[in-house]
Amino acid sequence: MEDALDIELTVNGARVARRVPVRRNLVDFLRQDLGLTGSHVGCEHGACGACTVVVDGAVVRGCLMFAVQADGAMVETIEGASESGRLKPLQDAFHARAALQCGFCTPGMLLTAAALLAREAAPDRETIREALSGNFCRCTGYQAIVDAIETVANKDGGND
Amino acid sequence: MTDGSGLGAPVGIDTPSPRSPRLLAGRGRYTDDVAAARVAHAAYLRSPYAHARIVSIETSEARKAPGVVLVATGADIARHCRSWCGTHDLFPALVAAAQPALAVDRACWHGEPVVAVVAETRAEAEDAVELIVVEWEELPAVTDAETALSGPAIHEDLGGNIGFETTVEAGDVEKAFAAAHLIVEERFRFGRHTGVSLEPRTILADYNPAEDSLLVHQSHQTPHQQQDLFSRLLGIPEHKVRVVCPDVGGAFGLKHHLHGDEIAVCALSRMLGRPVKFVADRLESFLTDIHCRDHEITARMALTAEGDITAMAVEDLFLIGPYSQYPRSSVAEGNQIARLCGAPYRHKDYRAHLLMLYQNKNLIGHIRSVGHPLAAAVTDGLLDRAAGKLGRDPVELRRRNYLADDDFPLTSPGGIEFEKLSFHACLDRILEMMDRPALLAEQARLREEGVYRGIGLATFVELTAIGPEYYGGGGQHISAQEGCLVRLEPSGMVRCMTGVTDQGQGIDAGIQQVVASVLGVPTEDVRVESGDSEMSPYGGGSWGSRGAVLGGETALRAARTLRGNVLELAAALLQCDASALDLRDRNIIDAQSGQARMTLGELAATGHFKPYSFPKDLQPALAVVEHYASRDRLFLAGNGIQASYLEVDPETGFVDLLGHWVVHDAGRLLNPLLVKEQVRGGVVQGIGGVLFEECLYSPEGQMQNGTFADYLVPMAAEMPDIEVDHIETPTATSELGTKGAGEAGTAGAMGAVLNAINDALMPFDARIYETPCTPDRILRALGKIA
Repeated sequence: MEDALDIELTVNGARVARRVPVRRNLVDFLRQDLGLTGSHVGCEHGACGACTVVVDGAVVRGCLMFAVQADGAMVETIEGASESGRLKPLQDAFHARAALQCGFCTPGMLLTAAALLAREAAPDRETIREALSGNFCRCTGYQAIVDAIETVANKDGGND
Repeated sequence: MTDGSGLGAPVGIDTPSPRSPRLLAGRGRYTDDVAAARVAHAAYLRSPYAHARIVSIETSEARKAPGVVLVATGADIARHCRSWCGTHDLFPALVAAAQPALAVDRACWHGEPVVAVVAETRAEAEDAVELIVVEWEELPAVTDAETALSGPAIHEDLGGNIGFETTVEAGDVEKAFAAAHLIVEERFRFGRHTGVSLEPRTILADYNPAEDSLLVHQSHQTPHQQQDLFSRLLGIPEHKVRVVCPDVGGAFGLKHHLHGDEIAVCALSRMLGRPVKFVADRLESFLTDIHCRDHEITARMALTAEGDITAMAVEDLFLIGPYSQYPRSSVAEGNQIARLCGAPYRHKDYRAHLLMLYQNKNLIGHIRSVGHPLAAAVTDGLLDRAAGKLGRDPVELRRRNYLADDDFPLTSPGGIEFEKLSFHACLDRILEMMDRPALLAEQARLREEGVYRGIGLATFVELTAIGPEYYGGGGQHISAQEGCLVRLEPSGMVRCMTGVTDQGQGIDAGIQQVVASVLGVPTEDVRVESGDSEMSPYGGGSWGSRGAVLGGETALRAARTLRGNVLELAAALLQCDASALDLRDRNIIDAQSGQARMTLGELAATGHFKPYSFPKDLQPALAVVEHYASRDRLFLAGNGIQASYLEVDPETGFVDLLGHWVVHDAGRLLNPLLVKEQVRGGVVQGIGGVLFEECLYSPEGQMQNGTFADYLVPMAAEMPDIEVDHIETPTATSELGTKGAGEAGTAGAMGAVLNAINDALMPFDARIYETPCTPDRILRALGKIA
């Protein structure tokens, strides 16, 4: 097998073509090759959620997928999701409720929360906590994050 | 606020952190995000043994590997970086061995860095590490207290494994115990855990040989401390060392220490003359990030028949790894336990004996709430035990024994000065919040149905905002003085640079509020920058619940000096007395009528661009620097209480957290929103320590659980909602009146949960005093498994 392969994919709406080492995972590719440093690396074995990105509409762990596996895919990172405006209600609610401290888990939390609200318009607190159970936050104790998501759900519930 | 005290709104108002918008947009800038041309990447070969002699190191294959630019052993690094020794002059009996950045000749813990490889990519560096062959001769490992006391000395020249021993004593303990109606005694075991910041330790060092300068970006809490360490240990003039701490992805104390694999990166950059980066991976984090706890505490409490606590005696065996951490030393956790057991209660006779021992495990240092949670858990654990034996209500027993408002100020039997603590007010408030009668009724009803719920309380005392006498007197180069620069820009906008740092606590917001309040501008007009040893006024960074107390007070002083300058300049222009003017809503106003005379921007622009408008002897000084250090106090004591309501499943040993309450007294609150979130986060970190988190070592000293799959941390689904409220007893030692807040959540959570578990186990006459309270330990306490 070759050490590097050519891939073409769409990242945050833009076409990207690169030759990448086959062993490079997706989050390292996004950070190192494309300079999209909003996705973070926390554990490199899929347990912490810091590297959460969206691939072909699904929320995935950027550390559990090789970059070459994203060949032909549509990838969205926190930068793209933020600039598109689709996270604005969640971002505003997180800000007002102080639902972040160091911010390292926050991109993953936002993308995970947005996916939850897309599939369930008005989740209760327990459902929200379950949905976040793959995202580690050491700073907040989670309550403010749950509050912020609940606020957005109550405001937008049923309209999504 | 118009009286010039500068303490009105926005001080005291809920204000989100000014850092949040960029972090929410994915535009934070953490150390690993910082770009550097020609950067190379370091990876380490680490000791697979707890204790072993290095017979030989063969690196020739690694040097030839693709992308490799440098392979450096401990001896190579030692030629560029001095070793250090974690002593403390206030504890002259503390003996410690010199610690090198990388192991030289001998490794003393599993994970100690041994050989560094630098390559063009991290992956290539890791590949080359695999090609290094080290011949090891395994040595006997000291892993528990018994072996530490009876076995061979880890460091021969220390003559044994006792690093420090002390006795804190007040009154006549023997007499008090002899006269006691009731003595309760328990043995507590607090497992070692660690900080687990989500962003791992990260450093980017860029040495410039052309000017012998070093620029370091580091995920760290204390840029000036690092500047001093890098300068002294690497031999680079201090004014040519610049340490920048950009956004930091969680710190919790683990990032205010010196780690060998970090300073070695500076040496590697110097050897190569190009930037070198190191990011600890998660396994490296678990193996080598500073650990905490690891105490075995046997404690006794003496009481009268009426339920008055008369004495406490505490024996603490504290195991700290093979070295005393640098630069603070490892003594504080043991010392603070020895001084804080029994602190909330009125008693005169006290003795605590601390034995600090070396062992072949990772180093123990200072992580969020140093010793406080253990002192609280031990004290209130014994109190609950006594209440059970006396058939008394544990709340009533607390109330009976608490130091009362008119007992203050006092020096505790542990030798700590308490200015004014609010035990009774905190207890009254938490009982209201939790509706204890309803919980007791529910608990009793459910016990009939075979459901076992428990209610636990833990009163805590915390030592915050350490004064300069502690580390200054200890011989450490750790600033307890803070500096703050406030600068008025020509437009009337304000820049502020502070020596305290923000790793998510939100101290930037607190300082913004103080400055905005004094200068009469909205908070968004004030930009706070920190974390740069070259640009910020010298200061200590953020640790030990000091940011608001010291950084806030310094900002108040700097803003007030600037305010004085502004009013003096405006008075000259407006031909009136400065005392007739005030600042409000971006305007210089007439203090009497409130009428705007000119805008702050007009005054600022005049000062910067048309200084000839002022009398010749009046020089516009629109940037000021002020400093502040507390005097004549080692600590600023704060207090609070926490309560936990939970259910224990006696069949599985699982604990389900149902409710958690906190009442905390941090003096004046600058920003209640952010303080409460600090407390909540701290509670959950404390819950991690009492229920889940433990660095597990084999008897041979191998760490067994260095992944997130094996080392459990609190996740959203298991955590309860936490109700937080505050009592405000301002300290008179500063004008702001704030006390520390960042560690309070952690300080009481462990004791509250432990006591609640024991309350739930009461019907079984079972007790547990070992943390974390894992299901298997609970089942063992219940006698269900061996």
